[in-house]
Amino acid sequence: MEIVVCIKRVPATDTAIKIAADGKSIETQGVTFELNAYDEFALEQALRIKEQLNAGSVTVVTVGPKEAQKQLQDALARGADKAVLLLTNEWVHDSWACSHALAAHINKSKYDLLLCGRQAMDADNNQLPSRLAALLGFGCVTEVSKLSLANGVFTAERDIEGAREVIECKTPAVISCNKGLNEPRYANLKGIMAAKKKPYEESPAALPTSAMAIESLTLPPARKAGRILGTGAAAVPALIAALRNEVKVL
Amino acid sequence: MSDQYKALDFFDVDELYTDEERMIRDSIRSWVSDRFMPVIQEHNRNATFPTHLIKELGEMGVFGSSLTGYGCAGLSPIASGLICTELERGDSGLRSFVSVQGSLCMFPIHAWGTEEQKQKYLPKMAKGELIGCFGLTEADFGSNPGGMLTKAVKDGDHYILNGSKYWITNGSVADVAVVWAKLDGVVKAFLIDKGTKGFRGKEIKNKFSLRASDTSELILEDVRVHKSALLPLVEGLKGPLGCLTQARFGISFGAIGAAQAVFDEACRYSQIRVQFDKPIGRFQLVQNKLVWMAAEITKAQLLCWKLGKMKEAGKMQHFHVSMAKRNSCWMALESCRLARDILGANGITDEYQTMRHMCNLESVITYEGTHDIHGLIIGRQLTGLDAIM
Ligand SMILES: Cc1cc2nc3c(=O)[nH]c(=O)nc-3n(C[C@H](O)[C@H](O)[C@H](O)COP(=O)(O)OP(=O)(O)OC[C@H]3O[C@@H](n4cnc5c(N)ncnc54)[C@H](O)[C@@H]3O)c2cc1C
Repeated sequence: MEIVVCIKRVPATDTAIKIAADGKSIETQGVTFELNAYDEFALEQALRIKEQLNAGSVTVVTVGPKEAQKQLQDALARGADKAVLLLTNEWVHDSWACSHALAAHINKSKYDLLLCGRQAMDADNNQLPSRLAALLGFGCVTEVSKLSLANGVFTAERDIEGAREVIECKTPAVISCNKGLNEPRYANLKGIMAAKKKPYEESPAALPTSAMAIESLTLPPARKAGRILGTGAAAVPALIAALRNEVKVL
Repeated sequence: MSDQYKALDFFDVDELYTDEERMIRDSIRSWVSDRFMPVIQEHNRNATFPTHLIKELGEMGVFGSSLTGYGCAGLSPIASGLICTELERGDSGLRSFVSVQGSLCMFPIHAWGTEEQKQKYLPKMAKGELIGCFGLTEADFGSNPGGMLTKAVKDGDHYILNGSKYWITNGSVADVAVVWAKLDGVVKAFLIDKGTKGFRGKEIKNKFSLRASDTSELILEDVRVHKSALLPLVEGLKGPLGCLTQARFGISFGAIGAAQAVFDEACRYSQIRVQFDKPIGRFQLVQNKLVWMAAEITKAQLLCWKLGKMKEAGKMQHFHVSMAKRNSCWMALESCRLARDILGANGITDEYQTMRHMCNLESVITYEGTHDIHGLIIGRQLTGLDAIM
């Protein structure tokens, strides 16, 4: 099975975000970037499928800046066979444009399965896998937290409001991966040494002009300071009154 | 999932490493955060090593990582050094485990063993399926290992060993021991498998230091081994000292990790602990301590980077390693003391890592040559005069 994993380089989740001077992007100085956590599940799943079938290949693709090479190398070190960087200097936050750039590349070869994280934890759009499936004419299952493969048919499980949905799907398909799907592996040292020798390709991303633009970014308002109503049992009536009348949770 | 650890890199030393070296470092760093940090407190309390992680360490390839062939990763000296930094950021016991396995056991087999010995031990040791220990020190011969009493005598196709070794890391858990003993007055190495009649390990209990690491006595009573258990290509003290040079290289990098851990903990604490209505990091005396630590860590990073480059180029001498080992252990231990001070009373509990690292480093500054012995090795190099004997 020929598998593509779409990955993205995103700011580390523990980053204290600062808005840049233009008011439309984040300050990247001093920010550490990492592989989007959901993409780690996608990559791990791809490697497991390849190991199960003992055949096929795993290609990782990203649309991003030169620095995203680091995340691609990391994916190669964990076991991917080939990496493709579709270069752009812009922060890609428009899933529509990004899906076009990815589809343009993916269409050049024949793939059976596309695995993505359910969303990129920078823009949090949660759109790319579905858009990509539509552009490629592939089937699509999103937010999958359990996946198995038997006789060429995938059985995917996903959590929906109050229930668990089980879906069977054939290839070609796009599957977006959720937390719980697997436990991603660490790159081992031999894998890291081997990564450098694996095929690596770079070309400009064919990004169409975006139909949307970010007007402004603002940080959420700082949380208001707490208020101490009193201490001990004597404060309970005041607390109940506040919860009932002000916060309205009782 | 991961802890909050942020490694100090004040001088962008990162830039000096290769991409591969950085990736290897990052991979081990996250492994330590995810897999080791959640369990170390409990293991330190119970004085146990997290044996369930040995297989994972093997899968990652950290055992004998700088050796080539036999399933070893063949990394650059700096990469294997950085692995030690990251492991020791977790605990000196973890790094000790890996150093003993790789530098003190796999290295001599790789360098001086027969092909048969290499095939028998190295691939399994690289995977962590076989654990090794290194028996040089005896109760009465520490800094002066040449005085050892453990003896081997030839008996046809066999050797018979008698004696004992003390302070042996992994001595009770090891599947194979590299035991140094005198044969006709000359120091030789023997590979002794677990279960060999007359050979046993006995754990040394109630340690304050390296609690998450097994330290044992090895007892040899008429231990009969076939002549194929002798490491053929080495004799004299240069054998064990050659192993120690390898291990000390790792310790030089390793101790920086312990210093990094306590610096990170103290620096973080200084920003949130409030006294006199101000975070204590706002006081000059506290800052001064953090600055001292940061400067020493940075100097040690640069010294070790250069040491690694010299090793790579084949120019590293044992006295270079002595200086780096001595410096790293000293500055790490001093950093612990300063960090413990910044943590105030909280610093004496094991909810914080500083005192665990401090206690560990008392061993690290002692084993593989004490601080002063390394000073004398450097002094001998500088003056041409030997003050050790
Ligand atoms: C936790 C732990 C694990 C260990 N693991 C191993 C292991 O796996 N394998 C192994 O073989 N050994 C191991 N050791 C032993 C270690 O290498 C020795 O403890 C070390 O070499 C020091 O020897 P000693 O303890 O006998 O101290 P001593 O040699 O008795 O030294 C005591 C003091 O005297 C000083 N001193 C000694 N000689 C001189 C001199 N000539 N001039 C000036 N000062 C001097 C020393 O610097 C020190 O301050 C381990 C030790 C510990 C604590």
